[in-house]
Amino acid sequence: MIKLNNVTKVFNKGQANEVRAIEELSLNISPEEYVVIVGANGSGKSTLLNLIAGSIRPTSGDVVLDGQTVTRLADYERSRWIARVFQNPLSGTAPYLSILDNFRLAALRTQRKGFGIGATAAFKKQVQEKVATLGMELENKLEQPMGTLSGGQRQALTLLMSVMDECRILLLDEPTAALDPRSANLVMEAANQLINNFKLTAILITHNLKDAHTYGNRLIQMGEGRILQDFATVNKLKLTQNKIFEWFS
Amino acid sequence: MDFYVTALLQGLCFAGIALGIYISMKIFNIPDITTDGSYALGGIVTGVMLTHGYPLSISLVAVLLAGALAGALTGIIHTWLKINALLAGILVMTALYSMNLTIAGRSNLPLINTASMFSVFGFTADPNMNNLILLLLIVAIIIGFVGYLLKTDFGIAMRATGNSETMIRALGVNTNRMKIIGLALANALTAFSGFLITQLQGFADINMGIGIVIIGLGSVIIGETLINWFKLTSVWGSLLLVLAGAVVFQMVLAVTLALGINANMLKLVTAIIVLLIVSLPRLALLRSND
Repeated sequence: MIKLNNVTKVFNKGQANEVRAIEELSLNISPEEYVVIVGANGSGKSTLLNLIAGSIRPTSGDVVLDGQTVTRLADYERSRWIARVFQNPLSGTAPYLSILDNFRLAALRTQRKGFGIGATAAFKKQVQEKVATLGMELENKLEQPMGTLSGGQRQALTLLMSVMDECRILLLDEPTAALDPRSANLVMEAANQLINNFKLTAILITHNLKDAHTYGNRLIQMGEGRILQDFATVNKLKLTQNKIFEWFS
Repeated sequence: MDFYVTALLQGLCFAGIALGIYISMKIFNIPDITTDGSYALGGIVTGVMLTHGYPLSISLVAVLLAGALAGALTGIIHTWLKINALLAGILVMTALYSMNLTIAGRSNLPLINTASMFSVFGFTADPNMNNLILLLLIVAIIIGFVGYLLKTDFGIAMRATGNSETMIRALGVNTNRMKIIGLALANALTAFSGFLITQLQGFADINMGIGIVIIGLGSVIIGETLINWFKLTSVWGSLLLVLAGAVVFQMVLAVTLALGINANMLKLVTAIIVLLIVSLPRLALLRSND
């Protein structure tokens, strides 16, 4: 589903502050794999995710999504396959827009935003039913601006928004970093459920080693722009939390 | 009394500028000051088209296209060349001054015995009343159009572009294209104000645009104060209050002039009024925080 061929990303090439963020990295992620990536700050995790999403383009190498080379496509052109949840809850939603309008845009992620009115009563009902599944009692507040909600609520809604339209790949960039432990737990559980129910291919970046142990069926450790260790399903099950902790000590 | 009616008529004519600035500043979060140039462009194109005997409909289309082109140019400079929006606006505005002079061929175009929107319809015998009814109708149509647009899926994407760019790109919207379209729309509306004013006052002038951006800003800021006052979140309400802002602004200016202030001081007074409107809510806030 996601393939990186010999991808290198260099920032500020040839200048004194040159950073080699990703070095000749190759990675092949099969459909329905839920890959968790851990690594120290500066190991290239976020750069890797941004290269897949198209926010940045590789210096060399190719990115392939679902058999199609997308190296030259911009982020908004890759939204056909990819839905994202950002580290900052503010980035994944538009605060001044109502919850309903946010969902309307999410429902059109892979489609044209046309000149008809799509945020209709029928659409509202559909969103209400989906939001009710979160159990946050937000279903009757859809006209409220998104900005009035807490970070946890916004992250949970962003997750839900990602499956409003056809979704193949879900990219989670430290989605719980800004949340309290309880909200973080709720968001991680919600993500896990969506990934299972919708058979998504997912990548999760996290610094929470407990989450890295609990979730996903493949675990990758990154360092200095390379893959240091890669545990597929069977081997990941054998890993203990303590073992993962040792990588960082 | 006539004095205030004229102010009201002017305020309604400036609805286009106010809505244009509302779109660029509030919806797209871009400080666009192409306004001065695109407003004069609207006026000059109106003057040239009408004095050459073109019908109102074709003149109107030409004005809207000219304004949209000016706005799109600012948008292209801003997004493709990644130049600060203020500078992009100043560049286009400056260039437009020469363009306007070239299009007009001279600095002033009087409209004598030419077609005029204000003479097409005869609702009542009183010309002021007639103009008022006509302008109210026109403004209702513009607000209806902009309000509907902002409610559509495309409009929601427009509003999200100025609000959370990372989000809307991840949801498949080319934000550069969206900004160019937004600035084109904003400046088409501004040029439309030039179209109306030129016919209302009976001439177009190369200098008519100087400092006009402040009228748009003042109107939007008054409108915003009203929006916060009424705690409005609806699109329609916001647009109506921006229109109210444009009218209130002209009324305040009329009152100041009626108090006997030298007309040469008009721009200074305008600047001070805008300063007051911007600072009053902040000053009130400072006091409440003491």
